[in-house]
Amino acid sequence: MTSKNKIKMDIRNLNLWYDKSQALYDITVPVLENKVTAIIGPSGCGKSTLIRCLNRMNDIINKCRIEGSVIMDDVDIYEKKTDVVEIRKKVGMVFQKPNPFPKSIYENIAYGCRIAGIRNKKKLDEIVENSLKEAALWDEVSDRLDDSAMGFSGGQQQRLCIARALAINPDVVLMDEPCSALDPIATAKIEELIRELVKNYTVVIVTHNMQQAARVSNYTAYMYLGKLIEYGGTKQIFENPKEESTENYITGRFG
Amino acid sequence: MLLSRTLKEELIKYLFFCVAAVSIFIIFFIFFFLFQEALPAFQEMGWGIFSTKWNASNGPYGIGAAIFGTLIVTLGAMLIAIPLGILGAIFLSELAPHRLRIILKPIIELLAGVPSIVYGFIGIVLIVRYLQPSFDMLSGYSFLAGSLILGVMALPIIISMSDDAMKAVPRSYKEASLALGATKWETIKKVTIPSSISGISAAVVLGIGRAIGETMAVSLVLGNVMKIPLPPWDMFETTGTTLTSLIVNDMGEATGLHVNALFAGAVILFVIVAIMSISSNILQERVEKKFRGG
Repeated sequence: MTSKNKIKMDIRNLNLWYDKSQALYDITVPVLENKVTAIIGPSGCGKSTLIRCLNRMNDIINKCRIEGSVIMDDVDIYEKKTDVVEIRKKVGMVFQKPNPFPKSIYENIAYGCRIAGIRNKKKLDEIVENSLKEAALWDEVSDRLDDSAMGFSGGQQQRLCIARALAINPDVVLMDEPCSALDPIATAKIEELIRELVKNYTVVIVTHNMQQAARVSNYTAYMYLGKLIEYGGTKQIFENPKEESTENYITGRFG
Repeated sequence: MLLSRTLKEELIKYLFFCVAAVSIFIIFFIFFFLFQEALPAFQEMGWGIFSTKWNASNGPYGIGAAIFGTLIVTLGAMLIAIPLGILGAIFLSELAPHRLRIILKPIIELLAGVPSIVYGFIGIVLIVRYLQPSFDMLSGYSFLAGSLILGVMALPIIISMSDDAMKAVPRSYKEASLALGATKWETIKKVTIPSSISGISAAVVLGIGRAIGETMAVSLVLGNVMKIPLPPWDMFETTGTTLTSLIVNDMGEATGLHVNALFAGAVILFVIVAIMSISSNILQERVEKKFRGG
């Protein structure tokens, strides 16, 4: 296991401004390959902003300015010549609220592949099936692939969104509070799925649920007011935090 | 003494019912009057009403040329307004920087409120005078001029309403698409437009509706001749008339069957608009059904 501690994405001195107000201050943190990295912290601490930096989703926000770098596979994704479309194919994303397209299950998953130029029906069928299996949704929807995605439950929709992200075969999967709109049973299913996914993918998850971070992640980054306060193994962060702020947050004294 | 609350509730219900009933009654009254006045023309002329044999002084009153004119001018206006309108809306809603958008949007909406006579006047002094020498026409008054004017008049409605429809597409759909490696254009084409297609088609129908019903602007630039262009490929170049401009031009001096024939024109106009709005509803339902995959 040589890749045990290999860095997949290296965030270095990242500063971010929305117009004139600074949202991220000098963030430096690694994302390790085939591990789950959790980003925790109170609301408004910049954790969603940070995760959106990893696939350059902040590009679409007006007046958002970024300094610093994120190195993936020896390339700075913020370098001018880097193609943002290529980055997003390698770094998939699952959003806070399930956001399937108002199309059929099949079309939702085939979407990214079609964009990437895969037209072969047989190949598409295969990808759809495999992605749904990977997202542990196949057994529930295999006979309803042509049904509209909008008719499924929130938990199923969210797993569909995960399957859709996996279909384009990314290296990294970003999850921005993927369970915040779901009930406990659906949440448990997604968490189980995350533990499964990490065998093949690198996962970054933002969560405001500390138990969730403790359950699913290998590494945890704690953020407060736009700054990275502490980063370390999840066990260490939760059992033996070095910073007082981290301890206060984890023990529920604020946030 | 205060009325009891339930009684008040009842009274208000009846008040609103009366107001609604009055407007429906007025509309039915208009329908009735329209058909009643048109009836003699249909009885006298039979199918001949659709012919192109027209003699304003003593008949026959075949309004085929005006029907043809209405359809041609509308078609021409659609050819101009639909592509420009939708592309304009895409720019406004998806591509324009915020600062430009907040300037452009009210200006476009203002254009929808410009009185049609103003467009007609601009049509005469600009378009007609430009077309005549440029295309070597007999006069610049033509279906082409009419189509151009109507196309421009329909644009603000189509742009503004399509823009609203596209803006209403949840941001999360667009983000999902971008996050899957789609470019901006792919996202517009495959997510934004399909998601807002019902709003866009409503905008187009409303725009065309304005084109079909428009009177003043067209009547100023068309030349008002009751003739079908021959040969047909000259159709945009020749003068002509539409149902609306026929009515507005002849109403003053018409008597007897002539008046009834003009009403028949109004009935036909009414039927065209009704067919359009019904078919657009059916189309819209089909599109939505297909899109929702149900």
